[in-house]
Amino acid sequence: MEEKLTLFKNRKRFGIEKNIDIIFKNTALVLSSFVAIILLGIILVVFSQSFESFSRYGLRFLVTSEWNPVKDEYGAFTAIYGTLVTSFLSLLITIPLGVGTAIFITEDFVPKVVREIIGSFVELLAAIPSVVLGLWAIFVMEPFFRAFFVFLHNFFGWIPLFSTEPTGRNSLLAILILVVMLLPIVTSIARDSLNQVPKKLRNAAYGIGASRWKTIFSVILPAALSGIMAGVLLALGRAMGETMAVTMIIGNSNAFSWSLLSPGYTISSMLANQFGEADGSQVSSLFYAAFVLMILSLVVNIFAQWLVKKFSLKY
Amino acid sequence: MNSLYYQKRLSRNIGDKFFTSLSVICALIAILPLIFLVTYILYKGGSQITPELFTLEPNPPGDDLDAGGINPALIGTLIITTIASIIAIPVGVGGGIYLAEYSKGGAFSRFIRFGVNVLAGVPSIIAGVFIYALIVSTKILFGSMYSGLAGGMALSILMLPTVIKTTDEGLKLVPNELRYASLGVGASMYTTILKVTLPSAFRSIATGVVLGIARAAGETAPLIFTALFSYYYITGFGDLFYEMGSLAVLIYNFALEPYDAQNKLAWAASFILVLSILSVNIFSRILAVFTEKTKRV
Repeated sequence: MEEKLTLFKNRKRFGIEKNIDIIFKNTALVLSSFVAIILLGIILVVFSQSFESFSRYGLRFLVTSEWNPVKDEYGAFTAIYGTLVTSFLSLLITIPLGVGTAIFITEDFVPKVVREIIGSFVELLAAIPSVVLGLWAIFVMEPFFRAFFVFLHNFFGWIPLFSTEPTGRNSLLAILILVVMLLPIVTSIARDSLNQVPKKLRNAAYGIGASRWKTIFSVILPAALSGIMAGVLLALGRAMGETMAVTMIIGNSNAFSWSLLSPGYTISSMLANQFGEADGSQVSSLFYAAFVLMILSLVVNIFAQWLVKKFSLKY
Repeated sequence: MNSLYYQKRLSRNIGDKFFTSLSVICALIAILPLIFLVTYILYKGGSQITPELFTLEPNPPGDDLDAGGINPALIGTLIITTIASIIAIPVGVGGGIYLAEYSKGGAFSRFIRFGVNVLAGVPSIIAGVFIYALIVSTKILFGSMYSGLAGGMALSILMLPTVIKTTDEGLKLVPNELRYASLGVGASMYTTILKVTLPSAFRSIATGVVLGIARAAGETAPLIFTALFSYYYITGFGDLFYEMGSLAVLIYNFALEPYDAQNKLAWAASFILVLSILSVNIFSRILAVFTEKTKRV
């Protein structure tokens, strides 16, 4: 007995095994810190490349809209304005549609199988590459909406938003294709957060005599609000950074216009269009624009994460 | 007595009807264009598919008669996504292992998880800009500028957050009893992870990784100024260091051409891209449903 106990106490791992264990752990540690390295690297590289333009134009870059490689004058106001307008307006259309669809597939209006099929179909659409959506927008959506845009201009031309004659590609089409892209994101996140609301809450509301929609508006939606908001912000980040579909349909013009029916520009479409051929101080200015885009999407993203943490459901 | 019966004209009932139909309308507006979109892409692209498509080089635009095939782009997409996977999967799985198995919820792991979410939200074109500044413009890769290798690196940045997240979450779902049992019989930490926890989380990790690869395969923005585009066959290993075509960039370039033949090629390419991405997604979904059912039994 005594002998066995000392044998047990003396049992130790081999040195090699210990070392492998330590090496394995440290490798994993290094690999996980790659994320931080890449993230900081992106911020540093983009900022340092934009430094030349940043020091020359300063914040004036953000409010002037001249983009002239010949005269070496750069200002990204048109692109920044385009990025903000397209992403916010598309979100404005997407939120009611997406949340409405999410309510439709979390309530029991139709059998569960049908709802599940609709839900997974919507999620599948998020997987379609944006360049394919752009192709579709050019050849199907643009001809389809042409007559409608002419109508819009004829009857609402006095509103500055519709004041230009529609000629082919324009910002409004970019907004519409963004709606198609954002719908799956908003719908699936809103559906998940609506599903996470405990059944008890619904039963309690029904129990004190609330109607279905009274329950939805006063109990279920407020309880799911943080999740839905986070989804909306995520979609906003996607909309700002979205490149291909927007580049293909927005018309790519740096001339500033209030009208949605005229060709426009976003930061990402400007990058996609000019980066390949740019040289000299234009490259630096493009990096500056990229830096602005990155800051915008970082702010939206970090705010979304903070929101989730702050207001996440605690039941 | 009357109040026990359903009354149609009550304002609450009318309101309920109104909002119900509103949500049905929302769902219809949201879903119908989406159905139309998918069927149109599959129909229009599917009708362009010919055997030569898979074997020929695309002809440069201008020759309106015959656009050729998409062989280089198809192979290029495979190569670029393979490069991206080779970089992103080991790094991502390793990082996920650290987060799920070693970290104790301290400041470092919280920062990394936060960083993963932020990196997932970085616009894909920024990844392209980053690689352009780091690799293309510095010619750091043996003097080559635009290359398939650089394109693969840009895509790997987009894949990395997905891989880390799915590994982290997959490992967290493994019951702790398995770890205790393994450590209890004297296995070291790395044996436990490699022989016990990783294999039991394998399926969920693999699903997430495959979905990440499928998403990366359709990304265009990071490639347009890293891998650029090429009209020529990929013949050997050395082609990695030169411009490389991909389905996504082919669609972008040829959609903007004024020639009908090139446009048709873009439709055919998007058919192949969408079909493969959708089938990977559907397959993994069926697999998930199937495993869920067997677990319940």
